Amino acid sequence: MTSSKDKLDLRKVGYDETGNTPRSASFLLEDDTARVAASKERELVMDSMRKARVDYPWVKDLEWSLVNPDTDEFTRHVADHDDPAGNFIHVLEGAKIRFPAQSCFLLKAERNEQVLHNIIVLEPDSELHLITGCTAASYSNAGKHIAVTEIFVRKGATLTYTMVHDWAPEVEVRPRTGIVVEQGGTYLSNYIALTRVKHIDTNPLATVKSGGTARFNSILYAKEGSFFDVGGRIRLLGEGARGEIVSRVVATKSSVISRGLIEGGNADTKGHMECNGIMLDDQAMIHAIPELKATYPDTELSHEAAVGKIAGEQLNYLMARGLSEEMARSLIIRGFLNVKIDGLPASLQKVIDTMIEQAMTKEAI
Amino acid sequence: MKGLLEIENLTVAIGDKPLLTGVTLTVAPGEIHVVFGPNGTGKSSLIKAIMGLPPYQVTSGDVRFEGESILNLAIDERARLGIGLAFQQPPAVRDVSLAALGKALGIDKDKLHDEATQLGMRGHINRGLNDGFSGGEQKRSELLQLLLQQPKLLLLDEPESGVDVDSLKLLTAVIERLFQRDLPIRERTVGGIIVTHTGSVLKHLHATRGYVLVNGRIMCSGAPLDIFDQISENGFGNCLAEARIKEKIHDFLKG
Repeated sequence: MTSSKDKLDLRKVGYDETGNTPRSASFLLEDDTARVAASKERELVMDSMRKARVDYPWVKDLEWSLVNPDTDEFTRHVADHDDPAGNFIHVLEGAKIRFPAQSCFLLKAERNEQVLHNIIVLEPDSELHLITGCTAASYSNAGKHIAVTEIFVRKGATLTYTMVHDWAPEVEVRPRTGIVVEQGGTYLSNYIALTRVKHIDTNPLATVKSGGTARFNSILYAKEGSFFDVGGRIRLLGEGARGEIVSRVVATKSSVISRGLIEGGNADTKGHMECNGIMLDDQAMIHAIPELKATYPDTELSHEAAVGKIAGEQLNYLMARGLSEEMARSLIIRGFLNVKIDGLPASLQKVIDTMIEQAMTKEAI
Repeated sequence: MKGLLEIENLTVAIGDKPLLTGVTLTVAPGEIHVVFGPNGTGKSSLIKAIMGLPPYQVTSGDVRFEGESILNLAIDERARLGIGLAFQQPPAVRDVSLAALGKALGIDKDKLHDEATQLGMRGHINRGLNDGFSGGEQKRSELLQLLLQQPKLLLLDEPESGVDVDSLKLLTAVIERLFQRDLPIRERTVGGIIVTHTGSVLKHLHATRGYVLVNGRIMCSGAPLDIFDQISENGFGNCLAEARIKEKIHDFLKG
């Protein structure tokens, strides 16, 4: 059962079980068990993968079509699992789902290992906003979350995928994600992690076909003892494909590797990357690795990266207006993390804004 | 009557390099003092030292605000006492908008919008402070922030440099407002120092006293418009000649 304590943990990652916030569909997985799998829309299927493998046999053909099971020990671990849990989302052709769908993966039992395989399919010309919250229950301090996610954005479809991670200090997180964006499709990913975690490494790969767009935004606040190796790779393989990677990292007493790779592999392709980081102390490490790869002459790729501490002249300037040094620092960090995301519904932007506010007030800067 | 600001025999340095030597002046409520001088002579250093900005170190003398020394106060404590600075070249603070700063300072949102609209800065409220602002926009943004801050002591560092004629009119009107020029002299509580190159803001302000700062020392003082006229005609030559004579007399008297 989902306790009242658990419900509070869910809300922190944008999952609303009260019904007060309009949601088109909900999925809740507690450890290995699907507690909720329900959709209010006929054209939107929200189910557990275990059920989907039975009800929709074609799903099995999609599994491992975008992520190679031999990528690493963690993909192998999922592949070796008999019947991994997970979330299946299917939006039918032409369906524009008005309200966001929500899914949540809750790690409850101490030292538990969550092994998942998720499949998301948006059929041609469909649209969906999806918010996925991954969290550990407040009384659970350690565990493992190993997830393979394969996302299919068919011709002309649009998926806005906002993922909020709020783990615990001893949790290890290994998501492995593959995305295909077909002709004229759009995939917008927003990844937000603002709390302590032992280890997260994720480097999703989006393959974009002609006229398609992929965008990865990451907002990370790496706190004491955390290790993040987070990035995004976009392969612009179709003519006119577009890609953008924006990452904002704040690090204190933690280590962050911020990766980005955009490959321009066809005519009229364009990609841009921004990796910016703020170091809050001398025990932090930020390693920005922006990579551009051109395999076709008619491609336009660019990147900018800036990592460093907050400039003293900016602090002094704000202090000259009457803010204490701590308030000035906090205001700058809040603004740095508060990236307004184009195309995100106001309700989801509010979730992100609230998380940033909470992250800023939880710990002194 | 105690001065709003009293600067007494102030010496300022960066490391071993002296920037200001023996500067003394007093600003009473309602007064505007104007500091002229060639480039690199210490005008901005004076204003920044009063605000407590690094790397300017006060090595001797005192700065008092409403009778109390402020030398041991942090920048923000000075600001909260009622000292406001318009920077000549404010830094770009890309991640903080005027709206966010206003919120952090507890400034009424409607007031911010009204003042910004009057200054033609409404479209800049949600942009990063000074990020990509033109020279004129930076000047307006600085004065806008002071309008919201409502300081008792204004320190304006070249508030009119690099702006066109139309913007100058607007800026001058705002500076008049900041200095309460709409009130009778006896009711004015705000005073300040303006550092200026061009002197063009002085025409309507009726400043109290002017100074010429050369090599970190006040060399001449007098009626601001007279000094400005002299500088316009002869540059700083007259003042420098006068200062040299003064120095010689000083040396002679010292023996």
